[in-house]
Amino acid sequence: MTQAQLPDPEQLAVRILRRERAAVASGLNLLDNKLAAARQRSAGLLAALSGERALNDGHLIGVTGPPGAGKSSLVSAMIREWRLAGRTVGVLAVDPSSRPELGGGALLGDRIRIKNAAYDEGLFIRSLANRNQLGGVATEVWPMSWLMLACFDIVVVETVGVGQTEIDIAEIGDTICYVAQPASGDTIQYLKSGIIEIPDVFAVNKSDLGAPAHKTASEISRSAPRQDRRDDWDYPVCLVSATMNTGIQQLHAHFDRHRSFLAAAGLLGKLRARHQSAWVVRVLKEEFGTFGIELVGGYAEIGRRLNETSTNQFEECERLRQQIISRFKSSD
Amino acid sequence: MDSLQTKRDRPWLMRTYSGHSSAKASNTLYRTNLAKGQTGLSVAFDLPTQTGYDADSPLARGEVGKVGVPISHIEDMDQLFDQIPLDQMNTAMTINATAPWLLSLYIGLAQRRGIDPKQLSGTTQNDIIKEYLSRGTYIYPPGPSMRLIADTINYTVKHVPKWNPTNICSYHLQEAGATPVQELAYALCTAMAVLDRVQASGEIKPGEFSQVVERISFFVNAGIRFVEECCKLRAFGEMWDELTLRRYQVEDPKLRRFRYGVQVNSLGLTEPQPENNVQRIVLEMLAVSLSKSARARAIQLPAWNEAMGLPRPWDQQWALRMQQVLAFETDLLEYGDILDGSPVIAAKVKQLVEGARKEIENVEAQGGIIAAIESGYVKRELVGSHMQRLRAIESGELKIIGVNCFQETAESPLTLGSDGGIMKTDPAAEREQIERLQAHRKNRNDGEVQAALQGLDDAARCGENIMPSSIRCALAGVTTGEWGDSLRAVFGEFRPPTGIDIAIDSRAVLGKKDQVTELRARVASTGEALGRPLKLLVGKPGLDGHSNGAEQVAVKARDVGFEVVYDGIRLTPQQIAQAAEEEGVHMVGLSILSGSHMELVASVLEELRLRDLAKLPVIAGGIIPQEDGTKLAALGVSAVYTPKDFSFNSIMADMVDVIREANGLGRLGPLP
Ligand code: B12
Ligand SMILES: Nc1nc2c(ncn2[C@@H]2O[C@H](COP(=O)(O)OP(=O)(O)OP(=O)(O)O)[C@@H](O)[C@H]2O)c(=O)[nH]1
Ligand SMILES: [Mg+2]
Repeated sequence: MTQAQLPDPEQLAVRILRRERAAVASGLNLLDNKLAAARQRSAGLLAALSGERALNDGHLIGVTGPPGAGKSSLVSAMIREWRLAGRTVGVLAVDPSSRPELGGGALLGDRIRIKNAAYDEGLFIRSLANRNQLGGVATEVWPMSWLMLACFDIVVVETVGVGQTEIDIAEIGDTICYVAQPASGDTIQYLKSGIIEIPDVFAVNKSDLGAPAHKTASEISRSAPRQDRRDDWDYPVCLVSATMNTGIQQLHAHFDRHRSFLAAAGLLGKLRARHQSAWVVRVLKEEFGTFGIELVGGYAEIGRRLNETSTNQFEECERLRQQIISRFKSSD
Repeated sequence: MDSLQTKRDRPWLMRTYSGHSSAKASNTLYRTNLAKGQTGLSVAFDLPTQTGYDADSPLARGEVGKVGVPISHIEDMDQLFDQIPLDQMNTAMTINATAPWLLSLYIGLAQRRGIDPKQLSGTTQNDIIKEYLSRGTYIYPPGPSMRLIADTINYTVKHVPKWNPTNICSYHLQEAGATPVQELAYALCTAMAVLDRVQASGEIKPGEFSQVVERISFFVNAGIRFVEECCKLRAFGEMWDELTLRRYQVEDPKLRRFRYGVQVNSLGLTEPQPENNVQRIVLEMLAVSLSKSARARAIQLPAWNEAMGLPRPWDQQWALRMQQVLAFETDLLEYGDILDGSPVIAAKVKQLVEGARKEIENVEAQGGIIAAIESGYVKRELVGSHMQRLRAIESGELKIIGVNCFQETAESPLTLGSDGGIMKTDPAAEREQIERLQAHRKNRNDGEVQAALQGLDDAARCGENIMPSSIRCALAGVTTGEWGDSLRAVFGEFRPPTGIDIAIDSRAVLGKKDQVTELRARVASTGEALGRPLKLLVGKPGLDGHSNGAEQVAVKARDVGFEVVYDGIRLTPQQIAQAAEEEGVHMVGLSILSGSHMELVASVLEELRLRDLAKLPVIAGGIIPQEDGTKLAALGVSAVYTPKDFSFNSIMADMVDVIREANGLGRLGPLP
């Protein structure tokens, strides 16, 4: 792709804020693009979409859980409710199946399970392969969620959670919903072993199966330690059935409640700023290694600089990148 | 010797699967076919009729009267069977999700003509399990679908006793790549699921259940490995006998007979040197006729031009004559079972039975065939088997004459005619059908229609047998779309798993390894040059259910490094363009085998243009005659692939080049 074909970031940002689908699509393509010229424009685009508003608008919900728990089916059921309520929805579905050593290809199969059959302009789904980041959510997810937050009322990120990956999703969502599989000890084991950070809301899916779902729900209620994170949050456990479409409204009520809780406590903006810093550090480390980080004064210094610019860390990130690059160049 | 017979056996029913354009045109065709010695009818419906849409539904656009006859209401049915005595005819209908409806139209018509439904004989295919796995004309979720099957069985056993209410199909499984063992296993699992469901409905008295079992017939396939196929049919007979005795306590051996009809393998029929298909068809027919104890009750054969397009009357006549030569000229029907007592045959049968038993146990352990469909297991197994077959063809391990070996050929006079050697349906058929339908809607009594539809809705909701209210609908002049929509409102719709998510390393068959390595390098470097990994959307627009090609392209593309989005069959051009936009793909690959490629490709291109995606490269594959390929290129399609392009590696290399060209990079050319 030649430079001439890359979109102008400022214009694109304006169109994205106007919720133009074509602009959203090309913005996401740009954020995914690793060419040097594209990276620069991406930084410009993200900066243009940043600011006070971006730290406080919309709701970014991370949905995770073991394979086959029914995450996509549940997201689909939730979308139906949100759309009925007139809320627009953006979805990032992260697929774990990519195998770099086997060519890196991926079958992005969640879309079909999430999408309701009808044609809908108020819903936008982008599937992403979890490209060679062992057990992690693709680095692209954070900036893409940021872009979607600028133009959809709700943004959902679906990832498979096996073991450690929840840590990544916990560094993305405002609200983390863990979808548990009935009659599987996984969730409880993870909780006990501390592998997962406590999700904000538990959804025990497939409640239509009856007893096993109830049993799992009460086990989770017992195992989830309550007092260790945000004092006034109650970590609800909710029984739902994606296929029978039951419990969805209650689940949504918990989401809304959690968002109000964060906002009222002044935590929402802080949380997003923290997630953003984590992302900046991660991409800098990925691109330049520990040596690069040292060149701009180490983690602590980066943290300090990001803190100072918390409403537009993407701009600061780009400054840090340029600084590291110029140091690299001057050091040889 | 007691095995030498004195009397010649009666031949099987001879049919030709046909129907096109309109009820009137199809009626003419049926009457000429009967005059040529055909002994039963086999009705092919168009896709809107099969998926419960009226001819004027937006989803039906371009598909009305294409691959079969459109039947929108009872007057169409009347025209289709004009001058054909229903009480003397044996009529097979390839109809599934809307089977209760088409059967109701048939029964309603009989009633109107003063014929007792007890006199009617024939078959409704009515096996929805295999629709989810292969054939693609499903509508409702598995639960309600199973109920509709059970309802037709319960109704016909009592009121139309000579009817075969369901034909358990393994035919379509083989067409989707199944091995003989898979065919045996999944068909028998389906039969069990159906019988269990009927039993659970409690509508049949325990003492009468044997009659239900006796009414279950099968529709099977026979491929080119005809010795093995013959053994497969013997295995079917043995296993059915055992199953019906053990599981359903059917004491009378006559009621345990494995009754089946056949269409021979079409997947193996080729586009290059199409005359070779005649030999293939004849050999395949042997598999289902040689063994008297496992002989087909009814046979229909594809035509030599199967992989080119729809057959013309002459092509179908040729296929019918193959059956007649075998039945009337050869001495086949003068003997008892000529394979009984052969130790070789017995050993092969045993091997197949054992393999099938194991797979049946496996499926039952997963909760039965429905659970195994919902989880995607069975579909994945089929996609995997088909992948192995295609990769064996590509590597040359499996020889297909005229395709991957002996390609040299003189020009075939068969394909030189001005029609290109295939049937062209009437382009005015869609408009005429819509006019006829709209006139019909004006002529009926609205009060009666509403009352009949209310009765249907009530029956659907309260679990009452769906047939009586459907027959009332038929007589009131309700349309196919109204019947389908009423039940959609009650049951909802369903999209089964696509099965393409087979593990990349689960089968050590990547085709030619060095080529795959080279392809992966090309995909990766092109992705790097463009800034992100190559992403492909495989789309199936329209009502077309032929998914094999799309699935295999998707799996192969994944294997060589593409990120692939494939959302299954039956999407609108709008949905496909929307997915292309949302997913940010580098290319859209459309797969269309239903013959509606001109209309559908044009709409997809238009929808892409509306989304500023006019420059996105679009390619197409499927049953696309050469002259249409040229027209598609003129519309802006970058490449067209047809069944003669058997090398998936070459297709992939070409796809990478199409993307490169569209983005100003140079082509890399054919693989070394
Ligand atoms: C297998 C088959 C079936 C199976 C389908 C199973 C499945 N899940 O796919 C079953 C038995 C279910 C079936 C049913 C029907 N079939 Co059929 N079927 C065939 C058959 C025999 C082979 C098709 C096939 O799968 N080939 C193997 C695959 C791998 O090849 P392919 O799809 O052509 O793909 C190759 C290229 O075309 C290319 N390609 C294809 N798509 C794409 C996409 C991209 C992106 C790329 C790059 C390449 C590419 O790549 C492949 C490379 O070799 C053909 C005849 C034939 N021999 O071709 C008839 C045929 C397609 N069927 C036909 C018909 C009419 C039907 C029915 C509609 C009949 C009816 N009235 O009910 C039904 C209903 C199906 C439906 N719901 O739409 C007609 C279509 C007529 C027309 N176009 O004018 C055909 C041509 C037979 C005939 N001569 O009448 N069928
Ligand atoms: N009984 C029941 N089954 C469900 C429910 N929700 C989902 N399923 C089934 O569970 C299976 C997996 O559903 P998905 O939605 O694909 O699950 P997922 O967690 O997104 O799966 P991956 O993305 O593959 O990890 C499917 O067969 C669904 O039909 C439910 O509420 N009840
Ligand atoms: Mg999922």
